[in-house]
Amino acid sequence: MIISIASGKGGTGKTLVATSLALSLSCDYKVQLIDCDVEEPNDHVFLKPEITGSKSVSILVPKVDEEKCTYCGRCAQVCAYNAIAVLDNRVLTFPQLCHGCGACSYLCPEKAITEESRETGVVEWGHSNGVGFAHGKLTVGEAMSPPVIREVKERANSGDVVIIDVAPGTSCPVVEAIKGSDYCILVTEPTPFGLSDLALAVETVRELDIPCGVVLNRAGVGDNKVEEYCREKNIPILLTIPLDTEIARLYSRGIALVDGIPQWKSSFIQIFDEIMEIVDEGNRSPKR
Amino acid sequence: MKEIVVLSGKGGTGKTSIVGSLAALAEDKVLADCDVDAADLHLLLSPSEKVRNEFWSGQVAHIDKGKCTECGLCQELCRFNAIEDFRVDAVSCEGCGFCFHICPVEAITMSERMAGYWFISDTKYGPLVHARLGVAQENSGKLVAVVRQQAKQIAEEQGLDYIISDGPPGIGCPVISSLSGAGLALLVTEPSLSGIHDLERVLGVCRHFGVPAMVCINKYDLNKENTRQIEDQCLSQGVEVAGRIPFDNVVTESIVQGVPVVEYSNGNVTREMERMWHSLR
Repeated sequence: MIISIASGKGGTGKTLVATSLALSLSCDYKVQLIDCDVEEPNDHVFLKPEITGSKSVSILVPKVDEEKCTYCGRCAQVCAYNAIAVLDNRVLTFPQLCHGCGACSYLCPEKAITEESRETGVVEWGHSNGVGFAHGKLTVGEAMSPPVIREVKERANSGDVVIIDVAPGTSCPVVEAIKGSDYCILVTEPTPFGLSDLALAVETVRELDIPCGVVLNRAGVGDNKVEEYCREKNIPILLTIPLDTEIARLYSRGIALVDGIPQWKSSFIQIFDEIMEIVDEGNRSPKR
Repeated sequence: MKEIVVLSGKGGTGKTSIVGSLAALAEDKVLADCDVDAADLHLLLSPSEKVRNEFWSGQVAHIDKGKCTECGLCQELCRFNAIEDFRVDAVSCEGCGFCFHICPVEAITMSERMAGYWFISDTKYGPLVHARLGVAQENSGKLVAVVRQQAKQIAEEQGLDYIISDGPPGIGCPVISSLSGAGLALLVTEPSLSGIHDLERVLGVCRHFGVPAMVCINKYDLNKENTRQIEDQCLSQGVEVAGRIPFDNVVTESIVQGVPVVEYSNGNVTREMERMWHSLR
């Protein structure tokens, strides 16, 4: 069972939901928390895991042997990302632009291009309070997070309950993280910003054919348009978390909600049961 | 002309509320919403759309079933696992064209993707350039580059003093695209351990690209101990704290009303925003 926690808008409480859900389920299930927000991972702030292993993430970038190169220009012609340029008697590569597709080296008629690894991030794993943990960190200054996300997801064990914390937004890092999930929890807040970005996130998960439900955080501020939207779109509101200074204070100090206020555990266990039911039902009935 | 980009690392720290307020406070500027994934600035500025353009970017592979001999070479060579059962998964395809070049029977074609829209709108605060990346699309960095380039062109044509842009969260591709070559980055953070952690990384990106940075601590009074820690960190790195904005529900209320907070309230938040604008300009 893979549940991803996404949001569209940043700062709505994904990390709060992901960490509390994982900790609440750890008594009854084998749980893994996989932090796929590799640009700004925060789950470790709350779980304080013991890190037991790590792995460098790299992509393959071209290395040109100018002894063999005839400056025919084929590599530059096939590169879709302008990551290689051929001048009269020089070849320039731009590793930051390279997606590591391998076309240039494969198609070089002189076999003058080999590939070398370039590190773009790191994956670390360990455990905390009975929860298996993994996160990825994109190297500062690097642009492409999907290769790091793909590598963190490799840490997921298919038999466990896997909770994936996702970056905000709706583009490639989000798609890469939620792809393959059985269910997606979208965390939002009751403001026009929260609603606008929720609608985009819903479009994204529906594009990927993943069922979704909403956690409404900081309820009590703003308006009730998110509830109206969910009713209209037939999206369940799984949980409402009120705007509460105690919850904000715990968050600011890096304490998971269910560690600070254990009464919340039952709510998160309930969410999980509800999701299990929805996913089971979806598996029984034919796909949309 | 000075380009100020508002970033944060961590999402939801208040970038858009601050840019909305700067929009109301600054004179002679063009506004740019560089958060093309989840743009919200338009919700504060009531824009009327003047120009709408399609954003075509990147490619996607397509296999012609009639020509395909199912040799499997494309599947074997694709590094993005985008081809399965001789079909291209458009979401996974990164448009590299490797399969197109190596298919022995030329069964694969590449086509451009319509990946979103960009707009130029009028607002009572000045022109706004914004965009909408298509759902589950790539190349947000390229769309950000288009938004910035359009904003710059408007600023040059109209002789404006400032480009003020609302950036995306994170530190990856669209952030780098929003930041590189800008005159100043205003980094908005909040006094939580997550906020502190994320600020450190986005400061690193600013240093990496040589863009001077200032920091704004939003909701600074929610945890004064953490605020002090942020101030100490900034001091030790020679980064100026340009603003300390108190927590106040008027910010959320102004968002619900769809106006910049400085036009909604005359309280402490507004006074602090005004003070901050003086240190930024």
